[in-house]
Amino acid sequence: MRQIAVVSGKGGTGKTSLVASLAALARGRAVYADCDVDAPDLHLILQPTVMERREFFGIKRAFIDGSKCTQCGLCQDACRFGAIADFQINPALCEGCGVCKLVCPAGAVEMRESLAGYAYISETRFGPLVHAELFPGDEASGKLVAMVREMARDLAASRNLDLVLIDGSPGIGCPVIASLTGVDLALVVTEPTITGEHDLERVLDVADHFGIKTAVCINKFDLNPAAASRIEDLCQERAVMIAGRLPFHPSVVEAMVLGRAVVELGGPVAEAISGMWNVLENLL
Amino acid sequence: MKISIASGKGGTGKTLVATSMAASLASAGISRVTLADCDVEEPNAYLFFPERTLLERKECYVPVPIIDELKCTHCSKCADVCAYHALAVLPETVLLFPELCHGCGACTLVCQESAVREGSRSLGEIFRARSDGVEIIWGELRLGEARSTPLIKAVKDRAEGETVIVDCPPGTSCSLVESVRGTDFCLLVTEPTPFGLYDLDIALKVLEKMNIPRGVLVNKSGMGDRKVYEYLEKRNIPLLMEIPLDRNIAELYSRGEIFVEKMPEWKAKFAGMVREIEEMIS
Repeated sequence: MRQIAVVSGKGGTGKTSLVASLAALARGRAVYADCDVDAPDLHLILQPTVMERREFFGIKRAFIDGSKCTQCGLCQDACRFGAIADFQINPALCEGCGVCKLVCPAGAVEMRESLAGYAYISETRFGPLVHAELFPGDEASGKLVAMVREMARDLAASRNLDLVLIDGSPGIGCPVIASLTGVDLALVVTEPTITGEHDLERVLDVADHFGIKTAVCINKFDLNPAAASRIEDLCQERAVMIAGRLPFHPSVVEAMVLGRAVVELGGPVAEAISGMWNVLENLL
Repeated sequence: MKISIASGKGGTGKTLVATSMAASLASAGISRVTLADCDVEEPNAYLFFPERTLLERKECYVPVPIIDELKCTHCSKCADVCAYHALAVLPETVLLFPELCHGCGACTLVCQESAVREGSRSLGEIFRARSDGVEIIWGELRLGEARSTPLIKAVKDRAEGETVIVDCPPGTSCSLVESVRGTDFCLLVTEPTPFGLYDLDIALKVLEKMNIPRGVLVNKSGMGDRKVYEYLEKRNIPLLMEIPLDRNIAELYSRGEIFVEKMPEWKAKFAGMVREIEEMIS
């Protein structure tokens, strides 16, 4: 089974629009996994019918039983996260380490799991989709990404599909690392801006750190030709392949508003994505 | 006053807005404007101040256990208590996975042999610089590091000034929560597209939970559809500014220029928006 993750250091470079189009091209041959659990948008294009919902439990959090608490204050002193004040836990600050429970002489602290979101297995016009919903502001998005990926792999295996296509999140931190671990290829989407360039380098460094093969897609490459050619040079220096160059074109937003993939509408971006898909298939 | 600039979706223009707001206030004569870039995974705001002078650069340390193998009896209590699976006790040695450690100190507490003491490790660096009346503070998460929140907190703690503008990372989970915590107002930047709206809705729910006053700025207006406007009207959420989809603005941004410097009529609009925010929270 092969796994491709579409990531970007900078947000808003077009990952989800691209993944929706790649899904249209891979139709019937792959499982899709929306691992941007903070801001999941792939379902807006794939319009899934949910077949199964699983509960996601994030980190455990401490609870103080007021009837047992003697207000000795030991837990407050021991908590490194400033999560206890007035003998009450602030769940937003609690990281679930359990130190308060360890130090409590009265046995007043209990660690409880709490529901932090859901993961879904769905059917779409392009094939099965695994996606998730993290409750607003909750923690452990990396753990939810790992759950989505495991469900996607299991689903691919059970249906004899040999490709998992992952829509990742921006950044280089915990959810991105969880999206990248063990993939065969990370497709990094960038744009020719000073921020796009800077963030591309950081995410390529992270992929190298974990020994993951990369290829780059320059989106809106014609917006700033000078920056685009700097990105080309950077990729050449690092021996990273440029899998595709997509032009700036209104069809991308038009498709999004219609809930369609760009390749379903056609046009210059659709053509460029189809060309890139051939390159990616050869790479794998 | 601390104003955070956030969005659920990435690439909606947070940094464009934060840098423009800082530059506008600085030229309006606000003496101490601080721009704190809390997107420690991909810090970008400083790139828009090429004339900056670096004032300070320091590591951000978090605690991490150090095991004294001579005292260790390999009883495994430390690994059992670790909520993050950062320790693995083998018959002959103890393995530490530092990226998983939250530095809570539970392992030190449970070790009866006093074999665990605490050292520290760096999560990344914090930088402070000055440029044209704006102080810029940013953090840079070390590559391969998963936990960004302690570094975000350190960046925010370092930011002082009459007006602090906090540029937040994208997303709607812990790093957003840490970035907006303690700010007086959050300006959510969105774009009028289905993706922009969907993620705006999640981000608004986070702010509601945290009881932080908020307003919305629609960037790239003119593209997409009208649904975000209908959404804001229905919920009575103030729309504080619209920035049109404009090739000129996009090109200036792509070159690392703060667009209000080239289109100065926008400076008064940004300063006016900040006054409006000040009135809303007073």
